Amino acid sequence: MIRAWLTQHGFVLILTLKRLISTPITTFLSIIVMGIALSMPTGIYVFMKNLQSVTGQAANSPQMSLFLRKEVNKEDIAKIKRNLEHNANIVSIQFVSKDAALQRLQQSNGLADITISLQHNPLPDAFVIHTAQNTSDMLEQLRAEMQSWPEVEHVQFDSAWLERLHALLKLGRFVVLMLATLLSVAIIAIMFNTIRLQILTKHDEIEISKLIGATDSFIRRPFLYFGTLQGLASGASAWLIVTFSIALINEEAYAFIHQSGIDFYLQPLSPHDSISLIVFSALLGWLGARLSVASHLWQIEPR
Amino acid sequence: MIVFKNVSKRYPDGYVALNNIDLTVEPGEMVFLTGHSGAGKSTLLKLISAIERPTSGTIAISGQNIARLKLGAIPYLRRKIGFIFQDHKLLFDRNVFNNVLLPLQISSFDSKTAASRVRAALDKVGLLKKEKSMPITLSGGERQRLCIARAIVHRPNILIADEPTGNLDVEYARDIMALFTSFNQVGVTVMIATHDASLLEDTQHRIILLKQGKLAV
Repeated sequence: MIRAWLTQHGFVLILTLKRLISTPITTFLSIIVMGIALSMPTGIYVFMKNLQSVTGQAANSPQMSLFLRKEVNKEDIAKIKRNLEHNANIVSIQFVSKDAALQRLQQSNGLADITISLQHNPLPDAFVIHTAQNTSDMLEQLRAEMQSWPEVEHVQFDSAWLERLHALLKLGRFVVLMLATLLSVAIIAIMFNTIRLQILTKHDEIEISKLIGATDSFIRRPFLYFGTLQGLASGASAWLIVTFSIALINEEAYAFIHQSGIDFYLQPLSPHDSISLIVFSALLGWLGARLSVASHLWQIEPR
Repeated sequence: MIVFKNVSKRYPDGYVALNNIDLTVEPGEMVFLTGHSGAGKSTLLKLISAIERPTSGTIAISGQNIARLKLGAIPYLRRKIGFIFQDHKLLFDRNVFNNVLLPLQISSFDSKTAASRVRAALDKVGLLKKEKSMPITLSGGERQRLCIARAIVHRPNILIADEPTGNLDVEYARDIMALFTSFNQVGVTVMIATHDASLLEDTQHRIILLKQGKLAV
């Protein structure tokens, strides 16, 4: 019983493969179209995941700003700098003088007019520091300590840019999801139509098979195999497109990255993501075929 | 074996193809169904393999009422029956061997058993040498024998033939009839619809006459 079942499925699998190979150009084009459609959301997803890992690193070294009182002089500033340098929790210190801050403000768009109308520089001197760890206890302790220094007006966590980036990443994820949904529907539609055309050309075979005792699942089987196999191949081609594109981008970006001293390469799809992509694609192919078979086979009821 | 009780078939357009048919065909019997075209012969045969469903009445095959058979059970009913269609219903995209193989593929036979059964069926109808031919190259008589081979390859208990000698000359028709007789001799119940009076002239088998959807006695 099981052997007969296996024989039958093996037979259908081989028959379907033969059918795919017998029309190589059609098969190739469909696989490429579906592969490209899938590679778009996958590509953006990979890019986002890379971006996420970079910002993950950034989030590990939180940034704080120390705004000094207006009346501080150069000695006070030097003293604070020494204090900061002696603190083991702080990895980098950057001094931003009030003049530098005003200059930066004047360069920024739309604010130049405002700064011109100012009688004197309202901005304080400031230190921007990066801390080694990001446990909130340590950060709070450090903030309290620095706040207690008489020269310090205010200490502020600078996480706003990070929040903005996370918001941007969230938007990116939404775009990926939207694109993936739309293109999945497109793939189901492509498969639906491919199977519809096959059913039309196999009209006689289906009708005769039904007349001599074929069950619906027997009739459906080759079409479902066809959809699943083509989906599988499309997933694999999407994987190839994305992997190849990443390799190409990394190579192109090499010179630029080398110069700027940033250590950043696009990581390819993880094994887990690769398998998910291919399985998902096969599922889409199966679903398109299943829907098509369901909506067309009843039209070929023998009369 | 085949029992019709008060069976009527009315088509959606109001045409009554069969009107209150009561009919019993015994196991192993061979019967002829005759009448003018449009008398309801084809409809009656199609009811037996649930290609058509009756409007009212019951049809029992080996005790099972098929008038109310669920859709999912119909394929298994059809596998018990060998049906020879009036319009042949051969597949022209595959050779003789693969045409006869189809019922066995449907019933999940393993390929070794299937191949030997296909050859046995082709041998029985005298087409063994033509197993690689395409149906389009066969003569009318050969195509009819191919249909018969496909109908008997899964060894059904019931063989139904709708106008099996339709366009054949007398010589061929006699061959075909001899085949049916030989199946009947090994216990197969055979029902043949025909309007060919010459087939019925010297037969000892029962003849059922249909007139405008009714049994004429």
